[in-house]
Amino acid sequence: MADEIKKAPAAVKVTIDNITVEVPAGTTILNAARQIGGDVTPPAMCYYSKLEGSGGKCRTCLVEVAAGSAADPRPMPKLVASCRTTVMDGMVVKNITSDRVQDARAGVVEFLLLNHPLDCPVCDQAGECHLQDLGYEHGKEGTRYEFNRRTFEKEDIGPTIQLHMNRCILCYRCTYVADQLTDNRVHGVLDRGDHAQISTYISKAIDNNFSGNMIDVCPVGALTDKTFRFKNRVWFTKPVDAHRDCPDCCGKVTLWQRGDEVLRVTARKDEWGEVKSYDGKPGWICNTCRFEKKKASDWTIEGPTVINRHSVISQGHYLNKQQPKETIQEVMGGLKPRLLMDIHEVSEVNKLELSELPGAATSQQYKTNSNESSNKTV
Amino acid sequence: MNSQFSEAQLQEVKRLTSRYPEGRQKSALIPVLHLAQNTFGGWLSKEVMDYVAGLLSIKPIEVYEVASFYTMFNLQPVGKHLLEVCQTGPCMLNGSESIIDYIYEKLGIRPGETTADGLFTLKTVECLGACGYAPMLQLGEHYREHLTKEKIDALIESCKSNRANA
Amino acid sequence: MGRKLLLEKAHVENIRSYDVYRKEGGYRSVEKALKTLSPDQVTEEVKKSGLRGRGGAGFPTGMKWSFLAKPEGVPRYLVVNADESEPGTFKDRYLMEFIPHLLIEGMIVSSYALGSNNSYIYIRGEYAWITHILEQAIEEARQNGWLGKNILGTGFDCDIFVQRGAGAYICGEETALLESLEGKRGNPRIKPPFPAVKGLWGCPTVVNNVETIAALVPIINEGGEEYAKIGIGKSTGTKLISACGNINKPGVYEIDMTISVEEFIYSDEYCGGIPKGRKLKACIPGGSSVPILPANLLLKTAKGETRMMTYESLADGGFATGSMMGSGGFIVMDDSQCVVRHTYTLARFYRHESCGQCSPCREGTGWMEKILWNIETGKGKMSDIDLLWDIQRKIEGNTICPLGDAAAWPVAAAIRHFRDEFEWHVTNPQEAQQRNYGLAHYADALAVPVA
Ligand SMILES: Cc1cc2nc3c(=O)[nH]c(=O)nc-3n(C[C@H](O)[C@H](O)[C@H](O)COP(=O)(O)O)c2cc1C
Ligand code: SF4
Ligand code: SF4
Ligand code: FES
Ligand code: FES
Repeated sequence: MADEIKKAPAAVKVTIDNITVEVPAGTTILNAARQIGGDVTPPAMCYYSKLEGSGGKCRTCLVEVAAGSAADPRPMPKLVASCRTTVMDGMVVKNITSDRVQDARAGVVEFLLLNHPLDCPVCDQAGECHLQDLGYEHGKEGTRYEFNRRTFEKEDIGPTIQLHMNRCILCYRCTYVADQLTDNRVHGVLDRGDHAQISTYISKAIDNNFSGNMIDVCPVGALTDKTFRFKNRVWFTKPVDAHRDCPDCCGKVTLWQRGDEVLRVTARKDEWGEVKSYDGKPGWICNTCRFEKKKASDWTIEGPTVINRHSVISQGHYLNKQQPKETIQEVMGGLKPRLLMDIHEVSEVNKLELSELPGAATSQQYKTNSNESSNKTV
Repeated sequence: MNSQFSEAQLQEVKRLTSRYPEGRQKSALIPVLHLAQNTFGGWLSKEVMDYVAGLLSIKPIEVYEVASFYTMFNLQPVGKHLLEVCQTGPCMLNGSESIIDYIYEKLGIRPGETTADGLFTLKTVECLGACGYAPMLQLGEHYREHLTKEKIDALIESCKSNRANA
Repeated sequence: MGRKLLLEKAHVENIRSYDVYRKEGGYRSVEKALKTLSPDQVTEEVKKSGLRGRGGAGFPTGMKWSFLAKPEGVPRYLVVNADESEPGTFKDRYLMEFIPHLLIEGMIVSSYALGSNNSYIYIRGEYAWITHILEQAIEEARQNGWLGKNILGTGFDCDIFVQRGAGAYICGEETALLESLEGKRGNPRIKPPFPAVKGLWGCPTVVNNVETIAALVPIINEGGEEYAKIGIGKSTGTKLISACGNINKPGVYEIDMTISVEEFIYSDEYCGGIPKGRKLKACIPGGSSVPILPANLLLKTAKGETRMMTYESLADGGFATGSMMGSGGFIVMDDSQCVVRHTYTLARFYRHESCGQCSPCREGTGWMEKILWNIETGKGKMSDIDLLWDIQRKIEGNTICPLGDAAAWPVAAAIRHFRDEFEWHVTNPQEAQQRNYGLAHYADALAVPVA
């Protein structure tokens, strides 16, 4: 066994939506697809590459395996969770080119939204919520659900973290953070089935220097930063990368500013919405950096954050924005299905170059600027 | 309430944990919770769960997670006699609904309710593996099967005179 | 009279006690296996016997055993699945309650074959009294040298422990069972890895149903080839069927798989027909998860052949016109029963038992339950029936564990075969509160055979 580990992992070829890549053996389909990037990458709501054991639960990343491997090219009978299925040499995977996948995914999105309060207008996560993105891209208009939505009591888990269980999609990420980053997990999943909930059972404060990372991994607005609560909409804030010498963590953060005011501090995120890694280590940040360093003078500013997720925040016309790679026409033989929603086509709001404004955006600016800036393109 | 096991019960906990390899004492959690529920009044309070967590050297949240998952653990106080009537398909085919109605007629309690004197709690449960002997209910550690109104009458009487549920 | 291999002695007086059991020939298979066969030879006999798992999926047991990883220095475990919570199923309980030593005997032989020195029985928490029966049987076996160190001087050590669950159907799913046995919530694991590679406490593990393991006793005593001669085709040996619902003689029956469904329902040896002169309407032949069949398709396949009580024949026609042997929970409904209401109770069951890990099952089961309740109580719409169909379709195959499928299939089959009964509830909401739909055209009026 020891000999095997020493060998460099062999490379295997996998074809996803007609695009072939070579990846190390043991890579999951999802991570192989992330190497290709763009639309062939399945959405992932529960998997988090930095959290061991995560994934497999939300089922948004389901894909079709049209051929298991070169050695055994039989298709897999069921759709598989791409985040938990490793590639085999010669495997052929269909994601956006599979009607079955699209159909199942639409079903999963409908299930995830079934009991969701749809309270985006009052949710601090709005604008950077993965469920919002997912709903735009794969959801249907309207719901077929005619029953009262499930509700839970709001729970306070200490002075810095707010839990809105109604919004939780039970991805379990926050429990993995508590297990893997802190030494004393006090919250977890209670009850079962459609009553399962994240809770401390006794409304206990979560008290640990790394607990704030739960906010960063939460894909929805179930765990939010109380110190940022209702301060502003994220798309009105300006993210800048900054660092400080921190004895407890990497100290590399994103500051969410308005003018000179630091409204919020988060870890830096990559294009998949995950905390970035430095030297192979995830850049988790400590609670001191997150909650207590709220002055610009606490930090060395590096420059505007590169926002490269296709989320609504990236519609804020930030400097250095990277457009996600569009592979869709390539793999769909030139067809352009309506998978992505261009927020500009439907929203009257963000037609300003926010980063060019000296201070906060006000309604005044929207009135005067909206017409002339509407024909600007990115 | 004093939530400490007796010496004999602590021996039982030891026997339970010895059935697993070193360091796997958490495996005894469910059996120990059964013991605790039987000992401390038919339900698991936070204090009891914390005590069990201490006994097995695990975090309290690990106990809450487990206790809230399994339907046999009561996280709220229940009456002295817990009547758990099966309501799943096969029992329904044989009249479980009329048994539930009859209990209401006799005791004035609906599923989830406890009589004012604290003697009876009615709970509906899903298939208990007695479908061929339906309708049925569980009382304490035992099943009462082929239920009729007469049997319910007798059962309630014997509970009241404290002979059942041994 | 069919052959009985498991329950033949179940009614001998005091068979529960070791002395009687031994006098009736008990523990011979342990002597034979440990003294005359190697572990691999035992597995070989199981393969020859054609035994298929009796827990529901019907997977060949010998093949399952041969997948068990055997890394050096790592313990292996046998875990017996006595969670028995599938509505309609109560056969394992019967076996453990009346003839507990049969299970213990089968476990010793199986543990020997698999190399398990500590084996566990995971029993559903509600079977509290059976836990005591089993523990007593284990104690007797230990005192008589069948368990413990160096059994029969062969150098093989084996211990058996009984672990109680605490009320969760999902813990019958093998990986949820292992989680529960480790003292955790019964959340099924994401596979791979399979238990054969990483099971209990991360070690290679085989999980088998109670009846599967008990069948080891006749297989070793008579030889795999002899066992395989009983039954038809790939349905070898005998099978315990727990029969319930609207029949004259509900209970547990051991059948050799050579009889027809009609014989099973109507003959006096088995269910004894439908009570009160009523007619057969429908039947769920293999536990609540398998598709319901209307009487006409139950007794004859779509091709017009007699349907037999075998794995293959019950599945004939696929899900369109067939069903499954499943766990052998045989639920019979007469013409006074309402398919919608019955389906509703099953939907409620699956909603109640979902562990809640994956979104299609967590959200979809509750949604189906609510719609079925509306239809049943006269508040349904025609479009609800198609909606139900679409929901079940989106759950099936898209979940972590087969509970999602198990929740989807009963709804799908009820709509497939009984759609007009659903529609009648929608178009006659008032009348549907007063009376049941009755037989309609699903079931051919079948002359009740004279015994
Ligand atoms: C939701 C669910 C519940 C199950 N319940 C049981 C059960 O109660 N008893 C059982 O033996 N198998 C049950 N099974 C099947 C087991 O997962 C497993 O296949 C079986 O124990 C293997 O044993 P066998 O090969 O001997 O049949 C269940 C499966 C699922 C998906
Ligand atoms: S609170 Fe957030 S991170 Fe935790 S399980 Fe819910 S959605 Fe996931
Ligand atoms: S299918 Fe249901 S029971 Fe199985 S893992 Fe998913 S939520 Fe849990
Ligand atoms: S990301 Fe794969 S199942 Fe959730
Ligand atoms: S349905 Fe009631 S015991 Fe099975």
